Amino acid sequence: MEELPAADPDPGDVVIATRALTKRYRGGQLAVDGLDLAVPAGSVFGFLGPNGSGKTTTIRMLMGLIEPTSGTARVLGRPMPGASRAVLPHVGALIEGPALYGFLSGHDNLVRYDAADPTADPRTRRTRVAAALDRVGLTAAAGKKAKAYSLGMKQRLGLAAALLQPRRLLVLDEPTNGLDPQGMREIRALIREVAADGTTVFLSSHLLDEIEQVCTHAAVMAQGRLITQGAVADLAAGARGRLVVTTPDVGDAARVLKERGIGDVVVEENRVTGEPPEGDPAAVTAALVAAGVRVRGFGVERASLEDAFVALTGEGFDVEG
Amino acid sequence: MSRAERAQSTGQRTDQRTDQRTDQRTDQRTGEQAGRRTGPADGTYARTPSPLWTFGLLRSELVTTFRRWRTLALLAVLAAVPVLVGVAVKIETSDGSAVGGDGEGPAFIAQITNNGLFLVLTALAATLPFFLPMAVGVIAGDAIAGEANAGTLRYLLVAPAGRARLLIVKGATTIVFCLVATVVVAVSALVVGALLFPLGEVTTISGTRIGLAEGLARALLIALVVAASLIGLAALGLFVSTLTNSGIAAMATTVGLLITVQILDQIPQLDALRPYFFPHYWLSFADLLRDPVHWDDLLRNLGLQGVYAAVFGSAAWARFTTRDVTV
Ligand SMILES: Nc1ncnc2c1ncn2[C@@H]1O[C@H](COP(=O)(O)OP(=O)(O)O)[C@@H](O)[C@H]1O
Ligand SMILES: [Mg+2]
Repeated sequence: MEELPAADPDPGDVVIATRALTKRYRGGQLAVDGLDLAVPAGSVFGFLGPNGSGKTTTIRMLMGLIEPTSGTARVLGRPMPGASRAVLPHVGALIEGPALYGFLSGHDNLVRYDAADPTADPRTRRTRVAAALDRVGLTAAAGKKAKAYSLGMKQRLGLAAALLQPRRLLVLDEPTNGLDPQGMREIRALIREVAADGTTVFLSSHLLDEIEQVCTHAAVMAQGRLITQGAVADLAAGARGRLVVTTPDVGDAARVLKERGIGDVVVEENRVTGEPPEGDPAAVTAALVAAGVRVRGFGVERASLEDAFVALTGEGFDVEG
Repeated sequence: MSRAERAQSTGQRTDQRTDQRTDQRTDQRTGEQAGRRTGPADGTYARTPSPLWTFGLLRSELVTTFRRWRTLALLAVLAAVPVLVGVAVKIETSDGSAVGGDGEGPAFIAQITNNGLFLVLTALAATLPFFLPMAVGVIAGDAIAGEANAGTLRYLLVAPAGRARLLIVKGATTIVFCLVATVVVAVSALVVGALLFPLGEVTTISGTRIGLAEGLARALLIALVVAASLIGLAALGLFVSTLTNSGIAAMATTVGLLITVQILDQIPQLDALRPYFFPHYWLSFADLLRDPVHWDDLLRNLGLQGVYAAVFGSAAWARFTTRDVTV
């Protein structure tokens, strides 16, 4: 597994670089502890960690909303929060869910956020707002008051605000939180689209499979500390895959696998898993069949990020934190 | 091709895509280099905005504030006060008797029947102690805290509105509200006064008479002074608004402070302090209706409002530009 350098001097390659970034809230809570993050340009970067692990706190520091207690953060090669005015017009962000003016229509909400950007030309505001609404599929609902929007629509309007300008970096803090599967799919499709345009996407999530589905790179946080970061493929490669036998005869199957010297055999309902065999897997199949095991499925499952996480931390990924 | 290489090639593609977008959006960018990634040192990340674009936020703030149902309700209440006073005076005097002859009721109320213009002064004198400042306290208190409450503050800041710019825009909008609120009272009073009572020459407090035109001019000046009287409270409310994430708490605190100071200003034992309370010289606007005008208290009032604006404006700035926005 290859670790990316903590900070790259060439900002063309590293969009976000932090060094020993630390935040202790006024209550004394150490939320982020000595974080060294490097987000390569053009990546879809998953920022993974259970609830309370410091993801939102990190994003607040990157966006200049809160001051780090110590350490530094550079976004697009410039220090934050010092260079907020120069950096943020190139960054779209969705932080801790959307926030809208309920008494304004969806369209007017975007007009308001666009007007807040001093680098946004007022003459092209309407065009930009219409394009952003179209991009997230809210053109038909543009005239409705935002308080009448469903959560999914609010989330999409928040994304539209983040996409008012062509961005170099899109920061999304748990963008699928609270959405139904259809809503999640829509958001993921949008993320892929934005990434295909060349925008670097920094995506925080407590959902492993979400990171696996859309990210090229990932960093794993736990209790404010960075556990690892790198390309998703490299992270997953750190953990070996698993042999999976699907069968109603789990007892017999487990016995045969153990006889063949396969380690860590785990019996589940209708399937038995274990470490991948050293030699030809076909020999294992033959042995199973010879022992009268009704084999319904057989194969080696690719290692997942979750396997990698377990391998790294020696514990399960506890979503509840 | 490894993941890292793939990411690298995506990075290269960024430049081509940016070029295409630049073509589509030449209206927004100036020159070929705009929006292209050429490194931070030469500053070419920046779009080249016009300094005038910064006023877009002020316009947006004004539109947002004055389109709110709450703002309109406050203004409607203020507009109703002169109507109530005018109708009450009309009914009470319909049998030919005088009102407030023995000094009861708001200032100038006795003169309304002779000259509807005095309804403007009566209405301002009636709303200045509480209704007008309460409305200002609501708008000022909610200015920052309300955005924090709704979570919209973080999105304004990452837009990036800029903290100082946002605070200035909020302050300017609050001051515009002071003016609009006062003008609403004055115009409503003028319309009601003209409909219910005769208009004509104005007898000043000093007993001299001035023409209707000059009377109107003085009434306008009085409205401006009343609006300016509210600036101290507006600054105080804006400062309170930077202290909390609850719009309701900020509004209640500001209005509570207003009431407290108004009460303290009535206590003779506090004589040494009273000249420093922001409402102390509020009713000095009547001095504009003397002939010649008595400027002393008027100027003291404006000076005091200026001091409050400077002190609490700076405090709001110091607080808001350094505070952690975690909502
Ligand atoms: N405004 C705050 N004040 C004090 N502590 C906070 C604040 N926000 C978050 N925390 C604490 O900091 C830690 C990290 O929180 P957060 O960054 O929100 O994690 P995540 O986004 O990964 O769920 C948690 O223990 C949380 O309770
Ligand atoms: Mg969070």
